[in-house]
Amino acid sequence: MSYSNKVIDHYEHPRNVGALNKDDPSVGTGMVGAPACGDVMKLQIKVSDSGIIEDAKFKTYGCGSAIASSSLVTEWLKGKNLDEAQMIKNSQIAEELELPPVKIHCSVLAEDAIKAAVANYRSKH
Amino acid sequence: MSLKLPIYLDNSATTKIDPRVLDKMMPFLTEEFGNPASRSHSFGWTTDKAVEHAREQVASAVGADSKEIIWTSGATESINLALKGAASFYQDRGRHLITIKTEHKATLDTMRELERTGFEVTYLTPETNGLIDLSKLASAIRVDTILISVMYVNNEIGVIQDIEAIGSLCREKNIIFHVDAAQAIGKIDFSLEKLPVDLMSFSAHKCYGPKGVGALYVRRRPRIRLLAQIHGGGHERGFRSGTLPTHQIVGMGEAFEIAKTDISKELPRIKKLRDNLLTGLQSIEEIYVNGDMKHRVPHNLNVSFNYVEGESLIMAIKDIAVSSGSACTSASLEPSYVLRAIGRNDELAHSSIRFSLSRFTTEEEIEYTVRLLNDKVAKLRDLSPLWEMFKDGIDVSSYEWQEHGERDIILHN
Ligand SMILES: Cc1ncc(COP(=O)(O)O)c(C=O)c1O
Repeated sequence: MSYSNKVIDHYEHPRNVGALNKDDPSVGTGMVGAPACGDVMKLQIKVSDSGIIEDAKFKTYGCGSAIASSSLVTEWLKGKNLDEAQMIKNSQIAEELELPPVKIHCSVLAEDAIKAAVANYRSKH
Repeated sequence: MSLKLPIYLDNSATTKIDPRVLDKMMPFLTEEFGNPASRSHSFGWTTDKAVEHAREQVASAVGADSKEIIWTSGATESINLALKGAASFYQDRGRHLITIKTEHKATLDTMRELERTGFEVTYLTPETNGLIDLSKLASAIRVDTILISVMYVNNEIGVIQDIEAIGSLCREKNIIFHVDAAQAIGKIDFSLEKLPVDLMSFSAHKCYGPKGVGALYVRRRPRIRLLAQIHGGGHERGFRSGTLPTHQIVGMGEAFEIAKTDISKELPRIKKLRDNLLTGLQSIEEIYVNGDMKHRVPHNLNVSFNYVEGESLIMAIKDIAVSSGSACTSASLEPSYVLRAIGRNDELAHSSIRFSLSRFTTEEEIEYTVRLLNDKVAKLRDLSPLWEMFKDGIDVSSYEWQEHGERDIILHN
């Protein structure tokens, strides 16, 4: 399996690894995937009073492309409002990271993780 | 001494050719180019003599007679010839065959093909240590069972089956016994004079010989008959037609002779390295060794690193060349069927690494490997939500995961 330089960069220097307090009302948490399928992504967003994502953290169990996809979206999410966040499409992630067809599911999972985190935040408000 | 990276620890996939083997092969790639089937001049006589010498070397390495050795293109072809050739010859006796779920694909796919042509096959599940329970094998035998095929050494987990006991059972029941010994040469010291085996498949490239050559042992007493699968000029007494690749065969002969003479000094050295590796990895939490540790060749260590995904681990340890049971590293999307068959769950199968050592592996290489694994597993666990859950006392296996549908993938593309 050969990876694009962007995947390798995110994999070797993942951005925004970590956890936010999931019980904090300003935090939305999304966990998607399943260990049996080989990928689990946990994505967390911290939303300001004005509805802007001011922080994002992730932890991912999965292949290099899954780690890179989730690392990339934490960068993209910061500064966006929730509606903008939900417009991020897996195809944009796949394109940015130059994912091969067998790795498209990693980008789909990252998109799902965003949706799940936003839904979780909204369910608190 | 400085280490050369990457470190090769994937010797179950293939081995580096031994320089002593290459030396013997070279003349047959240059001056000695004759066709061993040419009877009318010295070019042919010379290469024919070399081929027959190699046949003696292979035969004596495994305790056989040279007339019992047929050259093939590798273990895959040997297995095909053994299973298809015997099944079709003996089909009037019965049409039932038995094998094990952890066999190499060369056996499993050949069995599938035989099923398509009207044979019935039982695929036995081994115990969780990878070994066969003899009583389960005995109870799978039917009146119409004509052949049993079991591998000597498993290529993924290195476990050694009790070939002598299985062979005796086959003799008692008058069943033909084929053994895939591709991974056994130079790792187990055995002799077909004593082992009750009828057909045995060999490969050169798993024991420091060249790729693309192998052999099939066909017992003469009691005599085993086969129907040829490749037809042509009647080479190899009609069992396998095709011009013999002299240089490959010469290499295989030399590799087998070296394997036999060096085994007693090699095994203790490799075992010590493997034990160092295991001890070094045991300082990592939540690791699981796959396959029995006692009935196992010292060349193999297969370990699952829980809560770390296999492909990302392979990527993290790219300074060493190893195999993984992860789905991502194979063409299929399934994790290792061998680990699944011994009862490992998908997660542990995905996170397994097979380290396979060779006569060229050094102590420094193992030290480096131990350090690298300790480092990188810790790093990946910092990144793993599953590790976080485990540390928080959440049971990852009973958590309700939302599995992903194929449908979404299609919709967005
Ligand atoms: C146990 C076993 N059987 C058969 C084979 C096939 O051998 P060859 O590559 O010589 O066809 C291999 C190697 O991949 C093996 O490990």
